[in-house]
Amino acid sequence: MYLGRVVGCVWSTCKNPGLTGQRLLVVQPLTPERKNTGKRIVCADTTGAGAGELIYWVRGREASDARLPQEVPVDTTIVGIVDSLHIKRT
Amino acid sequence: MILARVVGTVVATRKDPRLEGRKLLILKPVSPEGKDEAGYVVAVDTVSAGFRERVIAVSGSSARMAEGCKDSPVDTVIVGIVDEVCLDV
Repeated sequence: MYLGRVVGCVWSTCKNPGLTGQRLLVVQPLTPERKNTGKRIVCADTTGAGAGELIYWVRGREASDARLPQEVPVDTTIVGIVDSLHIKRT
Repeated sequence: MILARVVGTVVATRKDPRLEGRKLLILKPVSPEGKDEAGYVVAVDTVSAGFRERVIAVSGSSARMAEGCKDSPVDTVIVGIVDEVCLDV
């Protein structure tokens, strides 16, 4: 799983029936230091995350398992909203 | 998923039987602002997307979860046509 920040949302009317009812958000991946890293991606959302929120997301085949038993064609899903982060530097 | 723009089509006569009747399109990844990004990808279309349309593409084994692609040998599928991208921050 990876950290990210919600930076936008995507509207799509004409879509695969498996995506019906899914919220699609634009996510900027972050490092644990909260610096931007990599390209922005489109994620399905299971948590109700809002704009600017720090979240964690899962990539790959497992991303569609977040909606089991429904089988949804998604490869990135937001699965949690981050309350706080603690990093110990040695 | 990634955002991409349809930039072409692919025609193939000899192919896996499970790909018969499937529309293949060439996609160019784009940023949420609509700027072109590096690379190209060939994707199976499930939403009847057209030339230069902005779409959502899912890749990897999740692509086979799309309706109409069950048990097909595909790893990138177009699952939606983008109406609008709203950037909040």
